Amino acid sequence: MSTIISLSHIGMEFPSLDGTGSVEALNDVSIDFLENEFVVALGASGCGKTTLLNVIAGFLRPTSGEILHKGAPVTGPGHDRGVVFQKHALFPWMNVVENTEFGLKLQKVGKEERRDAARANLGLVGLTDFENYPIYQLSGGMQQRVGLARALTCNPEMLLMDEPLGALDAFTRETMQELILNVWRQTQKVVFFITHSVEEALFMATRLIVMSPRPGRITHEYKLEFYRRFFESGDARAVKSSPEFIKMREEVLSIIYGEEVGEQMP
Amino acid sequence: MRLNPFSRRTSKVVDQYGAPGSGDATIINIVTIVVILGSWWLVTHLELIRPLFLPSPEQVISKFNKIACTAHYYESFLTFLGIMSEVEAECEGFSEHALHQHILWSLYRVFLSFFLAVITAVPIGIAMGMNRIARGVFDPPIEFYRPIPPLAYLPLTIIWFGIGESGKIFLIYLACFAPIAINARAGVRSVSIEQIHAAYSMGATRQQVVWQVVIKAALPEILTGMRVAIAFGWTTLVAAEMVAAKAGIGVMVLNAARFLATDIVFLGIVVIGAVAFVFDLMMRKIEKALVPWKGKV
Ligand SMILES: Nc1ncnc2c1ncn2[C@@H]1O[C@H](COP(=O)(O)OP(=O)(O)OP(=O)(O)O)[C@@H](O)[C@H]1O
Ligand SMILES: [Mg+2]
Repeated sequence: MSTIISLSHIGMEFPSLDGTGSVEALNDVSIDFLENEFVVALGASGCGKTTLLNVIAGFLRPTSGEILHKGAPVTGPGHDRGVVFQKHALFPWMNVVENTEFGLKLQKVGKEERRDAARANLGLVGLTDFENYPIYQLSGGMQQRVGLARALTCNPEMLLMDEPLGALDAFTRETMQELILNVWRQTQKVVFFITHSVEEALFMATRLIVMSPRPGRITHEYKLEFYRRFFESGDARAVKSSPEFIKMREEVLSIIYGEEVGEQMP
Repeated sequence: MRLNPFSRRTSKVVDQYGAPGSGDATIINIVTIVVILGSWWLVTHLELIRPLFLPSPEQVISKFNKIACTAHYYESFLTFLGIMSEVEAECEGFSEHALHQHILWSLYRVFLSFFLAVITAVPIGIAMGMNRIARGVFDPPIEFYRPIPPLAYLPLTIIWFGIGESGKIFLIYLACFAPIAINARAGVRSVSIEQIHAAYSMGATRQQVVWQVVIKAALPEILTGMRVAIAFGWTTLVAAEMVAAKAGIGVMVLNAARFLATDIVFLGIVVIGAVAFVFDLMMRKIEKALVPWKGKV
């Protein structure tokens, strides 16, 4: 499988609040994102997950290391990497379909063509009947689906999602997990997905990376196949309550929990 | 008992645990207005206060008919329809102008100044919000003059521009400028970093981000600024006209006061208030139409 995005020895330092020293948000992070991978990042708050995503998206320039997109250096954000945010990222002055086609409008794609593309992606996320709704009349889950459709409409090679389900209730969240997995299966994107939920991470990932703070770095990596069981059976709850899943969940929890306990001891 | 359709139980609970001050006050508004008008009528009819100080409502209404030339225009209308052959009633007006001419003069001044303020203050405010240099240049003068009451620099505009139209326009322009610029500047800040990042990650150029995201996000606050500005401009206009003008609602009031024509002063005040009220209503309608998402995201 070919590498789409490759990070090598990425370091990111921010000036600390008192201005004297610096915070090492990322330290020597190296990771390759392969074709059709669903990589999930998990880790305690402040371990640099968002920073890593911002570096990949091109919003932040790392202080050291190199990031390549199919061999070419990444210098800034671009429509080859779509981003889905946790919230507050849609444009309330446009309705659902206008939000969805916005990327293509920026790229000066003709009206008919971009409408068709937008409609196709709204269909993919199950919002066909809502294309003329104003954003502020949608529920949180529907807004996130618009965010996903909007990112997909630019037809990026990679999708970056920073806690896209973090603001949703438990039930909507599970439905959205299944929806995102199905979209991923149909569109074959590389996905980088951040979450705080161990269960969500295990359920969705083809590869799970666990990060730890101060300095932010990748400490564990797992190859996972639970998503495959979901595709086979279609029963997410059964997958999540299987003994293997629970065992894995406890293992990952103890890593994260262990680190947080370790934090408090000098 | 529980099923009593007139029971106010649930709404009482909502009242008690809802946001303080919520609920409909229309009926109370109407009662207040009726009480005020009623006391006015009563006090003048019992002759408790002399008409010089407080004219009766009827007196004000008849003055309105006289200054607005109601009879004259009514008869003109009838002749137009061919019901009357000739207009008999004369148009007296006040200070050589009928009421609508006074109002039109005032509206002309305030809208011209407001228009000039909008086309300059919106770009400058947005530039201040987005650019360090623009902010550095415009911040000191705006912050300096903004809290000064327009009446304080009215004499200066007379020295600079004389007592003609340009001085008045300039004065109202200044009154409108600051609120629009300041709100436009603040509006630029209301765009979220996620919205900006989203646009960039969909391939937007910096220019596209400015024109299609930042300015759109600033629109609700720009309109708020415009609403404040037109109200402030109207207040200032009336003051400006009191200095020297041939026609205008402010002139009318001032001249009336010179002749102790209290009923015309009253009439002028009511008209000034009514126009301000219409402005506000208009701006609210425009806001509803242009930024329906305001306060909902
Ligand atoms: N712009 C910034 N300036 C200074 N420090 C920053 C900045 N952004 C992040 N940091 C610091 O970098 C570290 C990592 O932050 P980051 O937001 O990447 O964490 P995270 O893993 O996304 O946390 P969370 O799970 O809470 O979202 C934190 O210590 C944070 O204080
Ligand atoms: Mg984060």
